[in-house]
Amino acid sequence: MTQTLEPQYAISTSDLTKTFGSQRAVDAIDLRVPTGSVFGFLGPNGSGKTTTIRMLLGLATISSGEATLLGHPVPSGLGAALPKVGALVEGPAFYPYLSGRDNLFRFDSANRDADSKTRAVRVDAALARVGLTQAAGKKVHAYSLGMKQRLGIANALLQPRDLLVLDEPTNGLDPQGTREVRNLIRSLASEGITIFISSHLLAEIEQICTHLAVMSRGKIVAQGSVEDLSASQTLKLTLVTSQTDAALELLSAAGIDAVADGNEVSAVLLPNQIEPERIVEMLVLAKVGVRSFTVQAPTLEDRFVLLTGEGFEVAQ
Amino acid sequence: MLATISLIPIALSIAVKLSGATVLPGQGPPFLDRVSHNGLFVAFTAMVVATPLFLPLTIAVVAGDTIAGEASTGTLRYLLIAPVNRARLLVVKFVGAAAFSIAAVVTLLVTGIVIGSILFPVGPVTLLSGNVISIPATLIRILLIGVYVTISLLGLSALGLFLSTLTVIPVGAMAATVIVSTVMQILGSLPQVAVIHPYLLSYYWLGFADVLRNPLSLSSLWSNSLLQLSYIVIFGALSYSRFTSKDILS
Ligand SMILES: Nc1ncnc2c1ncn2[C@@H]1O[C@H](COP(=O)(O)OP(=O)(O)OP(=O)(O)O)[C@@H](O)[C@H]1O
Ligand SMILES: [Mg+2]
Repeated sequence: MTQTLEPQYAISTSDLTKTFGSQRAVDAIDLRVPTGSVFGFLGPNGSGKTTTIRMLLGLATISSGEATLLGHPVPSGLGAALPKVGALVEGPAFYPYLSGRDNLFRFDSANRDADSKTRAVRVDAALARVGLTQAAGKKVHAYSLGMKQRLGIANALLQPRDLLVLDEPTNGLDPQGTREVRNLIRSLASEGITIFISSHLLAEIEQICTHLAVMSRGKIVAQGSVEDLSASQTLKLTLVTSQTDAALELLSAAGIDAVADGNEVSAVLLPNQIEPERIVEMLVLAKVGVRSFTVQAPTLEDRFVLLTGEGFEVAQ
Repeated sequence: MLATISLIPIALSIAVKLSGATVLPGQGPPFLDRVSHNGLFVAFTAMVVATPLFLPLTIAVVAGDTIAGEASTGTLRYLLIAPVNRARLLVVKFVGAAAFSIAAVVTLLVTGIVIGSILFPVGPVTLLSGNVISIPATLIRILLIGVYVTISLLGLSALGLFLSTLTVIPVGAMAATVIVSTVMQILGSLPQVAVIHPYLLSYYWLGFADVLRNPLSLSSLWSNSLLQLSYIVIFGALSYSRFTSKDILS
């Protein structure tokens, strides 16, 4: 029964679907979270991120499709997988009239795998890791939003884990707290823990993630390593010249769509179409005077909006 | 809540003590007329007073809160991913409700004995059958009453546990449990539906007076245990099938 081989994917799903009445909240997703990755799970409000996490952790039943967690099938293998998974789902939740430390004691005693002899040490270590040592004796109903969030992360760290599932972990944290969580995630990742993190804070994700998936209306619209996803990006090119006509002619001869506005020419380079360096070379050879030449990769935010649509209205 | 329970025998004894006048047999709750002659009757009378409404109310609050309370604070999802097996959680919660039933009954009886012996004379007790039994024998009868009433509350605890798996609003589960217990008692008082009476949760609730006869008759204790056990089995199974397949979305 010993598992000699680490599974290739900490989380993998195929056609995973959740329906609420007629709504497909999660619609046939194939998620692949490589072991050891820091995986950013993005998507607008209501796109199905939390619902996916609930299914993976066995809180909600799977309507159709399959999932594995740390190589164990969901839900039949959850008893074996969950002790190795720390999670924060849809915000932290605690017994308000117990102190932070007592709450962690209570959740840890609920886990039959947890050793009661090391409990006090582990609880204090988890509290220290999120900077709550000072406030550990305070009743949770007197905690601020960020303190509860930190306590929720501490709860996920009570045991040595193979996978951390963090649903919006920096929600409500101050800039120091956000930075601390980012550093914490980096240090946990360097210990080899796979981290699955859902967030709206794209700057956060961009800084720490090695892999990404973007959800929109229950479907995954992009997934892969950060490099692969950037390589497949369109680039925006802007050049300023007095000879706009010559520049346009040259670009269209190279098969690039371009438009001129005053003495500014802008064009979009499709993935792997042509290297920007080659364009500069062409322009210089043709003796087209160039005053400025800029290449812009879209920000993660641009890509996010491009993938999930502009609308502010929450999808139904 | 246990403190409020202990108020029942206290209030009852003080009322009898202050009124001074002798209570006539048949006036007020059963045994009330005997309280001023023998303080041990405080415990009996308090139990007769508390069994139909007050005890079921406290059990409904505790049992209705078991699952729905955890669901409403969101702690249920963290317990389940701790991980706690869902069936085991149900058992732990039921045992908790049962422990509360024991505590409630013990509180009521012990307070009754203590306050009764402080305020009134204490002596051998004349049973319903006319025999007189000693103080230690009386205490054993009181213990039997405690066992009897605790068992009576277990079926209600199972019902409350089941209702608690149906909602994320604890007050809803509590209210529903009280309503079911009240409706059963109302049906139990209607002769038109006499056929269903033996199946009502509350059918044997007040049967503990049998324990006050000589020779000691335990037949209603057994019938009650069997009835309560059936409720535990039925609502335990319903809770299990409901809770183990339920989506935890709070
Ligand atoms: N209990 C429920 N009953 C019916 N529909 C639900 C339920 N829970 C979630 N949904 C629906 O499922 C969809 C996905 O919700 P989910 O909570 O997974 O979104 P999310 O991606 O986590 O959003 P957010 O970023 O706001 O947390 C939403 O349209 C929501 O209305
Ligand atoms: Mg969410």
